[in-house]
Amino acid sequence: MLEQQSLASLLEWPVFSMSSAEKEQLLLTEMQRLTDLHMEACAPYNSVVTKLHFESQDLQSLTDIPYIPVQLFKHQRLASVPEQDIVKTMMSSGTSGHNPSKIFLDKNTAALQIKILAQIMGDFIGKKRLPMLIIDCKATVTDRYRFSARTAGILGFSMFGRDVEYALDDDMSLNVDRVRAFLEKHEGENILLFGFTFIIWQHLVRALEKLDECLPLANGILIHGGGWKKLLNEAVDNNEFKERVGASTEINKIHNYYGMVEQTGSIFMECEEGHLHTSAWSDIIIRDPYDFSPLPIGESGLIQLLSVIPHSYPGHSILSEDVGEILGIDDCPCGRHGTYFKIEGRLEQAEVRGCSDSYT
Amino acid sequence: MSNIEKYKQAFVESFSLSSDVNVQELAYQSIAEWDSVGHMGLIANLEEVFDIMMDMEDIIDFGSYEIGIDILKKYQVDL
Repeated sequence: MLEQQSLASLLEWPVFSMSSAEKEQLLLTEMQRLTDLHMEACAPYNSVVTKLHFESQDLQSLTDIPYIPVQLFKHQRLASVPEQDIVKTMMSSGTSGHNPSKIFLDKNTAALQIKILAQIMGDFIGKKRLPMLIIDCKATVTDRYRFSARTAGILGFSMFGRDVEYALDDDMSLNVDRVRAFLEKHEGENILLFGFTFIIWQHLVRALEKLDECLPLANGILIHGGGWKKLLNEAVDNNEFKERVGASTEINKIHNYYGMVEQTGSIFMECEEGHLHTSAWSDIIIRDPYDFSPLPIGESGLIQLLSVIPHSYPGHSILSEDVGEILGIDDCPCGRHGTYFKIEGRLEQAEVRGCSDSYT
Repeated sequence: MSNIEKYKQAFVESFSLSSDVNVQELAYQSIAEWDSVGHMGLIANLEEVFDIMMDMEDIIDFGSYEIGIDILKKYQVDL
């Protein structure tokens, strides 16, 4: 059982200002505790970790923490709490024909997700709730029986908004009149916009371009995530995305986030310099795709993700199928401490899977 | 309608409750309707009824009917 006290003290860690030495100490202790907890409470996890010959008893550094491949959540029911404590099951809907990942949440883990997300977001958009425009349709959240990661994302981020409005109709077409009415109502205020990268591209940017319209959103802050795969197929990278969003909406504050359903809450936000940042509660390690040894700054490899959030399932240390490289630690020009990095794509021939999005 | 009646009514409406449900005992995740979807609906409902705007932290901490009464006091809503 997670003690409320340790949960509360976790939330006092400063979001982006610890030095790496300070953070490693705190994170390592927490990772040791979580590894022990899941080894004891989740037999399939215990058996995988044992088979992989991790010496979990005594972790000397973050690179010693046992990790499991993210695909395991698709093939195996991994829970560290009894059935009756599970309050929500989150799924990443994979491409048809593949099994979705299933993530089991208890009350404490669900609470940690939202509290840590709030701390990270607060650093970027402030503590005040802003009028919010969601670039999606209402039907995505009203059908709670199809609770996808996209639903979870919209709901989680809705907490940072007020007077929430949806930009798209249920057939995913942009309702320009509704959006304009919303902007008139909130003229002169900062506006928070949220959506999934590909949906913003397809149903906002491309839609506006086709209509030859521009929205007056110079006061807007856009937060978007959900993966680049579909955009890279259209040869659109982050710079192109920002330029075209800016041209059609006048928005110049645009922050991508990276995260996965297996570690919902401890997301990595893109700063003003275009770098993805780990917060106090997360870190990444880059590993060689052939021998899995940890790689230094500037070398690209598979991304291993650490998060202090998962208590009800063993997802605190997972090896993703994403490829990226660490750009630096504690010295990003934006002023935030922690590891900062970039994503370069997905491992070739890896099992293809929508990152957090079932829309096709 | 008194404030406490409006408060109860917000729960009944947001979660489509039948009249035999004891709202005083409700807590986040205690019924299927009060999940994260229902939560934001309840908050929007309360903000409209009492013409207030809650801080993010209070929305997160709004974990039960009883806790909600204390939180609304901060916004000069006496129940």
